[in-house]
Amino acid sequence: MEIARHWRLKQQRYGLVGEVCPHCDVKIFPPRDVCPECGGEAKTLYTFSGKGEVYSYTTIYEAPAGYDETAPYTVALVKLEEGPLVTAQLTDVDEESVQIGMPVEMVTRKLRQDGDERGMLVYGYKFRKST
Amino acid sequence: MTTPSPKNTSLLRPARPVGFTGYGAYVPRYRLPAKEIARIWTGGKGGTPIKEKAVPGLDEDVVTMSIEAARNALARAGIHAHQLRAVWVGSESHPYAVKPTSTIVAEAIGAVPNVQAGDWEFACKAGTEAIVAAMGMVGSGMADYAMAIGMDTAQGKPGDALEYTAAAGGAAYIIGPAEDSVAVIQASYSYVTDTPDFWRREHQKYPEHGVRFTGEPAYFHHITSAGQTLMEAMGTTPKDYKWAVFHQPNTKFPQRVASQLGFSPEQIEPGLLVTTIGNTYSGSSIIGLTAILDIAQPGDRILLVSFGSGAGSDAFDLLVTEEITERQGKARSTQDYISRRVEIDYAEYVRMRGKITMK
Repeated sequence: MEIARHWRLKQQRYGLVGEVCPHCDVKIFPPRDVCPECGGEAKTLYTFSGKGEVYSYTTIYEAPAGYDETAPYTVALVKLEEGPLVTAQLTDVDEESVQIGMPVEMVTRKLRQDGDERGMLVYGYKFRKST
Repeated sequence: MTTPSPKNTSLLRPARPVGFTGYGAYVPRYRLPAKEIARIWTGGKGGTPIKEKAVPGLDEDVVTMSIEAARNALARAGIHAHQLRAVWVGSESHPYAVKPTSTIVAEAIGAVPNVQAGDWEFACKAGTEAIVAAMGMVGSGMADYAMAIGMDTAQGKPGDALEYTAAAGGAAYIIGPAEDSVAVIQASYSYVTDTPDFWRREHQKYPEHGVRFTGEPAYFHHITSAGQTLMEAMGTTPKDYKWAVFHQPNTKFPQRVASQLGFSPEQIEPGLLVTTIGNTYSGSSIIGLTAILDIAQPGDRILLVSFGSGAGSDAFDLLVTEEITERQGKARSTQDYISRRVEIDYAEYVRMRGKITMK
């Protein structure tokens, strides 16, 4: 049971909400309150556009616990339009159609259930091919 | 007892005129052809009620589908989610038995915390019931904008007649002041009785239905009563409307009810989506309306009549405004969603819908 963690991460997971550095305007994801570029405090919330492209990808056949019901699935490093690189599942894609540089857009999908069928449902960002 | 005379019925018309400020649809990309279901259960014999139905992916449910439709509606409305004073989701397939779908949707689109949130249920008319409530909220002046969603991942018992049509999809609407609307809601009228045509008991996976009883005393009686009463009170005839859209459990019912009310096949054609996406239950009539709004011109008048088993119909008289032209292209069209189609077979369907017992 990780209720508190799911609750704490909901904004960044549901809506790709990160931060922007007020000193050097760098966009930060995931939010960490300190700018990785200039080291200044950065707590201003920033909602990412959700647009990006596939930087690299792989297909998971032996999924970790909690994700086995949806295997096989493709995981990608997605380079967001605003800069940060995020790891996320791709959805609504056929494995053979995925390419490095493929434009993608964020969608909010079901990630897994916490524990068994009695546990809470965990939702968060995934990316699909943008049209 | 249950037949009101038009004299003592009154239209719902808020003191402050309201309309749809934004609208958005969602249809998942997977399609199960009806002939594939017939192959499994009838040896391919017999007719099928539609061509194919939309099936949600493994990571989709009413929450995720509502979020995407809501984002489309916000994009068209051009307002910030903080301006919404209600996020209401009508469905008969809420992912939780206890815990609101609407709080997750409101959080995901950025509408929290100054907002009403709640889940609505009325079989297939939960979405239009939420629209009527939103009319009251905005029409009273308590709120400027309220969101009403009708969305389902409908359940069909394997081999049952409803398995051919029980589909996934729906639409989100933002109800706002008439002067900021793509379509003004000129009036609505609802017709409700206790009619046991279709139900699902607590803890049951699949619904039951009254077979032929779902037709005349349920679907046809409620839709024609609501539609006729609304038109009589408005002083209109079918000729006054450019388009009409009715609840669509299969292809035949909306075609027949349109003809009973005096509407032509051309008037219902753009909103008749059931053949290619199936019956999206709470989303059925209102996703049909999104497809009409996608092609509507200023001045078009539209009749929308929903139907929910149990039973009731909400009828709406809509007038499209000049704003429509600019807002149509601000989000993905309903036909775009319908055309991103990936055909699946019955085995993939059974896995996607969780019909295999794993333990």
